Amino acid sequence: MNYISVFDVIGPNMIGPSSSHTAGAVNIALLAYQLFGRPIAKADFTLYESFARTGRGHGTDKALLGGIQGFGTDDVRIRDSYALADAAGIEYHFTWDDKTRTAHPNTVDIRLESPDGQVQTVRGESVGGGKIRIVQINDIDVVFTGVYSTLIIKHADRPGVVAHVTNVLSRHGVNIAFMRLYRDYKGGTGYLIVESDENIPDYFLEEIRGNELVHEIMLIQI
Amino acid sequence: MSMDFASGNELYQLCLEHGAAISEVMLKREMELGSVSEQSIRERLARSLQIMEAAVHEPLGQPRRSLSGLIGGEAWKVYNAGMAAGGRGIASLCGEALTRAIAYSMAVLEVNAAMGLIVAAPTAGSSGVLPGAVLSLSEIFGWSEEKQMDGLLNAGAVGYLLMRNATVAGAEAGCQAEVGAASAMTASAIVELMGGTPEMCFQAASLAVSNLLGLVCDPIAGLVEVPCQSRNAIGVANAFICAQLALSGITHPVPFDEMVEAMYRVGRSLPWELRESAKGGNAGTPTGCRLSAGGCAGACPEVCAAGADPNGIVSE
Repeated sequence: MNYISVFDVIGPNMIGPSSSHTAGAVNIALLAYQLFGRPIAKADFTLYESFARTGRGHGTDKALLGGIQGFGTDDVRIRDSYALADAAGIEYHFTWDDKTRTAHPNTVDIRLESPDGQVQTVRGESVGGGKIRIVQINDIDVVFTGVYSTLIIKHADRPGVVAHVTNVLSRHGVNIAFMRLYRDYKGGTGYLIVESDENIPDYFLEEIRGNELVHEIMLIQI
Repeated sequence: MSMDFASGNELYQLCLEHGAAISEVMLKREMELGSVSEQSIRERLARSLQIMEAAVHEPLGQPRRSLSGLIGGEAWKVYNAGMAAGGRGIASLCGEALTRAIAYSMAVLEVNAAMGLIVAAPTAGSSGVLPGAVLSLSEIFGWSEEKQMDGLLNAGAVGYLLMRNATVAGAEAGCQAEVGAASAMTASAIVELMGGTPEMCFQAASLAVSNLLGLVCDPIAGLVEVPCQSRNAIGVANAFICAQLALSGITHPVPFDEMVEAMYRVGRSLPWELRESAKGGNAGTPTGCRLSAGGCAGACPEVCAAGADPNGIVSE
């Protein structure tokens, strides 16, 4: 969306009390949950700066724990997210780190672990009005907001991945709004992030997976 | 032709060209830019109104304390004291319409502070002003749901301009940008709903911005509770006053677009202590400090340690 809608002014519909410290926290955790795409056995949250200092009074912890259970910003279950996580057998831990400085004052690291030991870490920033951005996945710097349908492809940093992916997208008629590449080091692990205004159909993910350089695919639908 | 607009003046011209109310232009703009039908917009607005209805009424029947315990039960007190003795009790100074509006606006802030469901309008901290006015007046004048939606669309147009050409973030420009914006949006909406012209809507919005110019953002313990709740009451009262002035034909000499810019400039010149840092104003007083250390379950003791000495003198 590239315009200010009436629902950006009269909205978002949200569980209070704070758009940045509550609704934004839900949105970061919800994206982490969607990115992970697996059952969650264990969740660790590290809150920094303003999140660490005033997060308890704003219910930031409940918001984060609600987000990783798939609750949206207007889901009243957020209030009971501790009890619901207990009932679902999710182990959780919060670290309130008010010493470490981060690039943005409302920052959280989320580490999710599945029952079979798969791990994903995500760093998110709540930038105001419930809007957020993800700035790290598994310690690699990235940037995306979740406002668009987002395809995230973890791959080996070798020639041919971008051509392969854009070829598949073009054959299925997906218009790319934004596309960015990130990597840890030359020849290491890369992330290709593709954002689209439209729904990205998931039936062609298998085709993308067909390239041996592609390790993993994550898809966030708007 | 495009129904998009970037300033109050452009919006006003569109109203004149099409003989349309502000709400109508905003609806067309939303349909055009979002490529969505009127029906789908009205369905979403109905959901907004439903959440607002619940938020203005719930605390009157069932008061709840906030997470910190700083607020809870105020809406119920205001409503009952105001309505006591057939609306002629000692705490009924504001009359029925405004008493209702004040109680409703404070109720929304109670819901918000207790992790309930609200509609930010334009922010969570100022979410009581618009529903407080629209829903209380709807009860008194018997306005239909569709008319209430027009109120939200009108307010949305004014809020969009404030967001686009200034800011509605307390951290950027103080409470004038949050409650001030909500008050301007609401004043304009009331004027349209009462039958005033688009011109009168802009007069009301300009007056509302002007009246709250310079209002600082100074939340105790950094929480959206005190003084935010009673600021929503002043926001709705100011909207009533400015709507009444505009409907009476009173004008503000400075046009709306210039008032938006003035608000933004005043906001940027506010010191950091008075822009949601929880270090100045109410928050920076000895009592504000004490409450932030002990009153929010130990959530933010550093507010005191980092910002203010025991005598309440803010230092950096």
